[in-house]
Amino acid sequence: MSSRNAKYARKISRIAETQPEGVSIIQEQNHTAQISPVLETEHLSRIVSAKRLVDDITVPVQKGEVLAVVGPSGSGKSSFLRLLNRLDEPTSGTVYLEGTDYRQIPPQELRRRVGLITQTPYLFPGTIADNLRFGPRQQGGDLSEKTITFLLDQVGLMGRADSDVVNLSGGEAQRVSFARAIANSPTVLLMDEPTSALDEKAKEGVETLILKIVRDNALTCVIVSHDLAQAARIASRVMIIKAGRLEKIGSVTEVIHVAGNLR
Amino acid sequence: MLQGIFANQLALGCAQAAATALLALLVMFVARQRQIHLERETVVALIRGIVQIIAVGSILVLLLRGPKWTSVLLLAAMMVAAAVTSAQRAKGIPGTFGVSLYAIAAGSGTVIALMTWAGVIDTAMTSLVPIGSMLISNAMNTNSLTLNRFRSEVESHLGLIETALALGAASKQTVAPYVQVSFQSSLIPAIDSLKSLGIVWIPGLMAGMLLSGADPVYAAIYNFVTISMMFSASGLTALISGLLIRSHAFSAAEQLTLRPQAASSQTGSRGGSK
Repeated sequence: MSSRNAKYARKISRIAETQPEGVSIIQEQNHTAQISPVLETEHLSRIVSAKRLVDDITVPVQKGEVLAVVGPSGSGKSSFLRLLNRLDEPTSGTVYLEGTDYRQIPPQELRRRVGLITQTPYLFPGTIADNLRFGPRQQGGDLSEKTITFLLDQVGLMGRADSDVVNLSGGEAQRVSFARAIANSPTVLLMDEPTSALDEKAKEGVETLILKIVRDNALTCVIVSHDLAQAARIASRVMIIKAGRLEKIGSVTEVIHVAGNLR
Repeated sequence: MLQGIFANQLALGCAQAAATALLALLVMFVARQRQIHLERETVVALIRGIVQIIAVGSILVLLLRGPKWTSVLLLAAMMVAAAVTSAQRAKGIPGTFGVSLYAIAAGSGTVIALMTWAGVIDTAMTSLVPIGSMLISNAMNTNSLTLNRFRSEVESHLGLIETALALGAASKQTVAPYVQVSFQSSLIPAIDSLKSLGIVWIPGLMAGMLLSGADPVYAAIYNFVTISMMFSASGLTALISGLLIRSHAFSAAEQLTLRPQAASSQTGSRGGSK
């Protein structure tokens, strides 16, 4: 290992030692709940124009687990995530959601159960409450005022239900997108670099929010990040993807050498 | 000037065609100076236009002596040609020829059939074919505008559409606002034609009717009738085209397949089955 990588590895080790309480709770839950995975990819691949965006990835994700997907730019992290809620179609392989092949689940139902937070929060024109109601209305339901208040409390936007989304900051918009995803009562939450478009202060707030939401809603999460330090702060397990292939999966300390070589 | 030089009508026509083509090429040359490159498309369009209209003119001479039902065949052939032309305006969306053919045939065909039945369009080939072709041509333009605008709208709102899909929305619902915008914008030329009739432009049909000795007021009214029919055919075409194209932007598994070329090479555009 080069001196630069060794330095990076030491830095990550320190980060791993200082994981917040939320992560250790999740890890403990995982040790006691190793029964059947909530989400499991099986030889998942996607090839586009002869390029292997995702190459034969098999990985189980346990209930309550936060799995970080880390890798260099263009390594296939986002392509992998888009396959998990079937926004893109696998070329081969499949995904099992709570034991069922997701091709057997109607796409609308699947996406309700597997929520997605994107890098850029795309909010629909209207108020925050309108955005929160969007998902439940697709299933023919609605959200009560009480539920909206509860969701906004969770993301730190108390009393802002009637605010127009055009007036929100980047961090606030991302919080709304979290509340909107949670409003659908998902089983699994996918996050594609949810803090990369935010400044440092907002990033810190959203990271804390992610841990809180995961704990409060007993969610299983897969989070894509290019920042290994962030992955260490949030995730209970890290998988490294390189050129679409799964290089290594394990705890932060277990994958540190591979991560160092990615730099 | 040209009329003074050419005594023969055919030679005069050729000279007039050459003059107008030259003017069109001059416009393209000016555009080229501003880095707008439409030379190839313009030259092809000019050559195609002159060859096609001479061919159709020659065929019309033969058909005018034939039975009335041949006009139906001629109009059907025009609809197919219109669909082929229009579908090229929506590259990247699968199945656009089928959508275009259905929308143009249903839009213009319904208006032609109804108005012929009502006696608004004369069944004589000399009336049915020219008026029918005007309706088909306008339906084609509207269809092209609808498809083109729809593609642009979807490409500019990929994030919002996929966010809605990710929240469990039905694919058709995610593009409903963009279908509406496409419909409205594609009808702008038809509405403007109707609004400016007689003020900004006097259709060639009216000039022809006046030259053939028709009552000027009747000629004016009939032009309003023709433009109204064009509007109806265009509106119906845009409506059908917009409704049909919604489902072509998605795979059977409700994945957005319509993407800008650069983006599609990153994420791919192949969908799966349910």
